[in-house]
Amino acid sequence: MLNVAATRKRKGALAVVAAALVMVPAFALLRPQAAEPAPTLGTATPPPAEDGQWTMPSKDFASTRYSGLAEIDRSSVRQLRPVINVATGNLRGHEAAPLVVGGTMFIVTPYPNDIYALDLTRPGAPVKWHFTPKPRPASQGVACCDVVNRGGVYADGRLFFNTLDGQTIALDAASGRQLWRAQLADINKGESITMAPLVADGKVLVGNSGGEFGVRGWLAALDAGSGSPVWKAYSTGPDKDVLIGPGFKPFYAMDQGKDLGVASWPGEQWKIGGGTVWGWISYDPKLKMIYYGTGNPGPWNPHQRPGDNKWTTGVFARDVSTGAARWFYQSNPHDLYDHDDINEQVLLDLPIGGRVRPVLVRPSRNGFMYVIDRVTGQVYSADPYGYINSARGVDLKSGRLIPVAAKEPKEGRVVRGVCPAAPGAKDWNPSAYSPRTGLLYVPHINLCMDQGAMDANYIAGTPYVGMEVKMYAGPGGNRGVLTAWDPVRRKPVWEIKEDLPLWSGALATAGDLLFYGTMDGWFKAVDAVTGKLIWRAKLNSGIISQPVSYRGPDGRQYIAVLSGVGGWSGAIVAGGMDPRDPSGALGFVNAMRDLPLVTKAGGRLYVFALPRR
Amino acid sequence: MSSHSRVASAVLALSLLGGLAACDRENRDSRGKPLPEAGPFASRTDPRPAAYEGNAYQIAQGQRYFAWMNCSGCHSHGGGGIGPPLMDATWRYGGSMQQIVDTILEGRPNGMPSFRNKITQQQAWQLAAYVRSMSAQPRKDALPSRSDEMSNRDPLTLEDRQPVQPTTPEADQAKPR
Repeated sequence: MLNVAATRKRKGALAVVAAALVMVPAFALLRPQAAEPAPTLGTATPPPAEDGQWTMPSKDFASTRYSGLAEIDRSSVRQLRPVINVATGNLRGHEAAPLVVGGTMFIVTPYPNDIYALDLTRPGAPVKWHFTPKPRPASQGVACCDVVNRGGVYADGRLFFNTLDGQTIALDAASGRQLWRAQLADINKGESITMAPLVADGKVLVGNSGGEFGVRGWLAALDAGSGSPVWKAYSTGPDKDVLIGPGFKPFYAMDQGKDLGVASWPGEQWKIGGGTVWGWISYDPKLKMIYYGTGNPGPWNPHQRPGDNKWTTGVFARDVSTGAARWFYQSNPHDLYDHDDINEQVLLDLPIGGRVRPVLVRPSRNGFMYVIDRVTGQVYSADPYGYINSARGVDLKSGRLIPVAAKEPKEGRVVRGVCPAAPGAKDWNPSAYSPRTGLLYVPHINLCMDQGAMDANYIAGTPYVGMEVKMYAGPGGNRGVLTAWDPVRRKPVWEIKEDLPLWSGALATAGDLLFYGTMDGWFKAVDAVTGKLIWRAKLNSGIISQPVSYRGPDGRQYIAVLSGVGGWSGAIVAGGMDPRDPSGALGFVNAMRDLPLVTKAGGRLYVFALPRR
Repeated sequence: MSSHSRVASAVLALSLLGGLAACDRENRDSRGKPLPEAGPFASRTDPRPAAYEGNAYQIAQGQRYFAWMNCSGCHSHGGGGIGPPLMDATWRYGGSMQQIVDTILEGRPNGMPSFRNKITQQQAWQLAAYVRSMSAQPRKDALPSRSDEMSNRDPLTLEDRQPVQPTTPEADQAKPR
């Protein structure tokens, strides 16, 4: 097996040492293993002050998932205990983050996407209002990986969320009254919506899902006040559809040229070529730019789509007001492994080459931790944070991923031992960044796969994959990993091995704690500096959601998380798969045969706090 | 027994007899014969279920369509995914040949699309025969001897699996790192 890490890391460390010498003394303090963490680097858009709320799943536009609350810290966390325990009445995979605004908590459930507003000012958090959007039941048939929803977003007195059948809905947050709803996706073409919208610059940003159904990916901006469309940018097709104009200046030659969204596909394959936008969007209010990734090209079988397949599996930077593309970087030209590039981008200002640069840091599905300049799209570094044998590395001159020929899929044959597997070294579940430790906490997975390609037929509204997959644990046998990554020195500081894949998001707090959950239902708090486990609680079902922290109406700090196993990894439980078929749930069932023995379906909100003094 | 009770018994017997006679007069079969648990109900003389299900060629054809029509995209090779598993004993919409054909051609409300006008009646019956073969319903001598899909041999792991011992807060604090 290849060791892609060794030489690259050493060079990287030297460069960073050099950078640190040039930099102001503040950076000399950046030593995360020091006994006490020193305040180090700022994030791109530091919140003015911790307001104690949680208005969007990523906490802030920079997507740090960092709470400035410190009442619960490394010593007091041992006394953490449940104070609220509410069933959602839904037994599918709960991937959403609860939102907290003032004295109200908002929860979006998986399909049928019911919305609950809970009154945090009263004991037991009773329901304040309840909204049922009633999405069409047929939408369950076009949800590739359980009928999940990744949450809503609050802005200016309104709550915005998406439904599985492709609607975006705005509610009055105080009363639950519907303000507007917009039908954006068409389930008859295989489209659905599972992502959490982002509200930036007065617009609601929404993208489609359906990369396994031969849809054409897009990101749309709606006016937050009226729901009327402002712009829509496709991920494939002619430049005018992709909103590529004179202001588009990609850094690498491979992403430059006219109408590449057509020219890099055979015939009219781009019309069913994927590039869905079902992950995370970050926003830089200073540059007025949004950043998001595009999903896998369709079908998975790469032999049916020779070419680079623009603009799938890459990162777009766009002007938020017009949607005009500024740059694009394709992480996986001609993707071979379903490595959707939709993971979070954490916006940080990091010292690189002797200067503090505005960058986005993204743990990509292909296993590389990219550090990319927010203004130019230049890749400063791409280091493996998981085990990779399907790529040798990233050529920083051309920007291209260097594939390993022996691991490329072949038609009618099974290629074995491909790492990382289709869900990548990390899937959608987002990382957290603590400015106190300067570390990025990445919950991810360690899976490899066997895969065999065969021709897929396109039938609208049915799967369009053409790949047989079977997954299993990667080297070491642990299916999950939590990596604390130092983005400046470009290497892991510590790792926690988990038996089951990590499918929950991470939460970092100013109490120097890191919270995450496991698929067998343990909710854990570890020391953000050393990675030592300090506290844990067993919940009724596996955790695949996004923990959050807030200041309650009584002024105390709370930690909230939803239980409810499911998602792609947990489909074997939430969807009742038969473990005898290794190819179930696109091959994920094979790696999860033991999950039904350790957890059961169930959706609940748990809130934890310290005992009242 | 007193004479009073004897009279009472006689009256009771008489009234019971009268009642029985009345029942006989108004013999209505209000409950009918118990029906199967779910429709539709193929006529007993419909030869198709047995003809398709007992025929190796028809089942093998169904296996090919199962991949070509993207059935395997949702149901995998019987284990399920987007759609429910087909190799187990649970049938949401009924597991008879006729019910499966109806499901394929008409679709079902929770996501199963309709394949009417995409395949022929004959192909739907062939598919139904193959679907039932996943849970070994048809005769064994009619079942395909090999599968069309990629080899399902046991997956290899890259290294011997080492169990991950879940740690407790106490144990983890005691460990030097």
